Amino acid sequence: MPSAQTLLQVDDISLSFGGVKALQGVSFDVKAGELFSIIGPNGAGKTSMLNCVSGRYHPQVGSIRFREKEITRLKPNQRCNLGIGRTFQNLALFNHMSVLDNIMVGRHHLLKNNFLTGGLYWLTGARKEELEHRRQVEEIIDFLEIAHIRKAQAGTLSYGLRKRVELARAVALKPDLILLDEPMAGMNHEEKEDMARYIIDLNEEWGMTVVMIEHDMGVVMDLSHRVMVLDFGKKIAAGLPDEIMANATVKKAYLGEEDDDLVDSEGEVA
Amino acid sequence: MSLGSSMRPCGDYRTTYASDMTIFATPVTRYITLAFIALLFLVPFVGSPYVLNLMIQIGYYGIAALGLNLVVGFTGQISLGHSAFFGFGAFASAWLSNSFGVPVFFAIPLAGVLTMLVGLLVGIPAGRIKGLYLAIATLASQFILEDFFARAGWFTGGSAGAMTEYLTIFGFSFDTDQSYYYVVLIYVVLIFTFTSNLIRSRDGRALVAVRDHYLSAEIMGINLTWYRVMSFGLSALYAGIGGALFGHYLGFVSAEGFTIILSIQFLAMIIIGGLGSIYGTILGTIFMVLLPELMEWSVNLFSGSYPDLVQSLAYIKEMAIGLAIILFLIFEPEGLAHRWQRIKAYWKLYPFSY
Repeated sequence: MPSAQTLLQVDDISLSFGGVKALQGVSFDVKAGELFSIIGPNGAGKTSMLNCVSGRYHPQVGSIRFREKEITRLKPNQRCNLGIGRTFQNLALFNHMSVLDNIMVGRHHLLKNNFLTGGLYWLTGARKEELEHRRQVEEIIDFLEIAHIRKAQAGTLSYGLRKRVELARAVALKPDLILLDEPMAGMNHEEKEDMARYIIDLNEEWGMTVVMIEHDMGVVMDLSHRVMVLDFGKKIAAGLPDEIMANATVKKAYLGEEDDDLVDSEGEVA
Repeated sequence: MSLGSSMRPCGDYRTTYASDMTIFATPVTRYITLAFIALLFLVPFVGSPYVLNLMIQIGYYGIAALGLNLVVGFTGQISLGHSAFFGFGAFASAWLSNSFGVPVFFAIPLAGVLTMLVGLLVGIPAGRIKGLYLAIATLASQFILEDFFARAGWFTGGSAGAMTEYLTIFGFSFDTDQSYYYVVLIYVVLIFTFTSNLIRSRDGRALVAVRDHYLSAEIMGINLTWYRVMSFGLSALYAGIGGALFGHYLGFVSAEGFTIILSIQFLAMIIIGGLGSIYGTILGTIFMVLLPELMEWSVNLFSGSYPDLVQSLAYIKEMAIGLAIILFLIFEPEGLAHRWQRIKAYWKLYPFSY
């Protein structure tokens, strides 16, 4: 359950692409152990926000601190050493690699062998190191129930499975903070239930702090500890799921409200 | 590659992770490959000088082509300047042994390292640019190095070229095809084993990750610039060693051999063999070395009825290379390696199609 310690602190972030202001003065914080959701209509800047945290974009104004450490200008590949991992909205697997290799790439920053020691495999301990990490990767494979496809080529898998492999790859980074960009988009009901279970387990059993973007309100409201709502690059609300559900601005911008006029004029059609 | 998982024999269960991470899929393939390499060691006892010559060519070109495959096939970049690295290696080894008296035994790997430094330099733009722009940048490096070969007399002997010594170990001189064959064979086995290991360990996966999806590779902690430049360095290292082996085999190195045509032939080797396939590289090199021989053989066959053919042999050889590349791109873009997989699958599944 949420503790008092702040893991991620985002202060007054503004990001623009030419004249397009993707984010304007957004601030929020995520506590260690929290399951935090970002919602909002399409184009609201949710993914841009995640990209700022994961390092793909560098905001022009504002600061992002992870465990009190300033990371706003850090390169993406330096952030996983600190403990930030993510998945992508549109699948971003290494399609020609096997599922196992995809997940092993997630161990990249934890492995020490390089092109020389890796090439001399048996002589330098690279084999031993790879085996140790293989064992840990197998735990993730086991947890996400993808053992049957571990040798399959990632590009040949179905959408739901690929999403799961992507989650596995992000988990392999051993992050403290995992950013999930629409983990359930395009999934059927059963797959969504599975994914929700994995996310809860990651949060509660594996102790990961989760920041999630998701459009399925049922999932967001059931899973999240706290929710933030973005609209046109601005933060319009933040709080407990129930508060967000009741918030008039949020209803207007995103969730939608029951239109009394419509019911009246159309009679029984709601 | 997708056939890989289904090609395992029924009932072959792995009980340790180690047995699941071997280079060869099954013990049988490993024994067959080892037996094949052992057979290769016997070739000088039975093969004619002509056969040995072809096999030595396949060896040093294969090493260089494997380097190019690391850049193009595994890291997904493009290099049009590979023959310049090959040439640099040949000259560097000759220069080291002629000017400094470095024994050839050490000059060959040292030439590889020198070429690697040049490759790292050429690879710096690769950290920033991609695709067509990178193709132009590497093309430029090809011409700059060619020009360097012609002008740097202290290094290459200028237009006269450089003489090379034969490799000598403890007084034994590898000056015949029979003996030099073993030198090349050992280098081939070492470098191909090294690369197989590289590809299944951390940095090899990183190279392929950079190729398949560089954005997510970066999120996975992979330093894109370093791996792009590194793949150029490694490719130049291999090309340099291949070139050095070439130089000490011929006994003479001249700048004319290392033109853009040879660069394109290297590309042809890996396209025909299979981009991103280690054994495909060797298959492609065999194909490219034997194709001109095949052309010559068939031209001689028909020379009785068409005497004019003999004069156009040089053109026929070049046209055959071009035609082979085009036909492969159309009918088997994944190369001989993939074709070989298909043949294996066919026999395994016979009489069923799938």
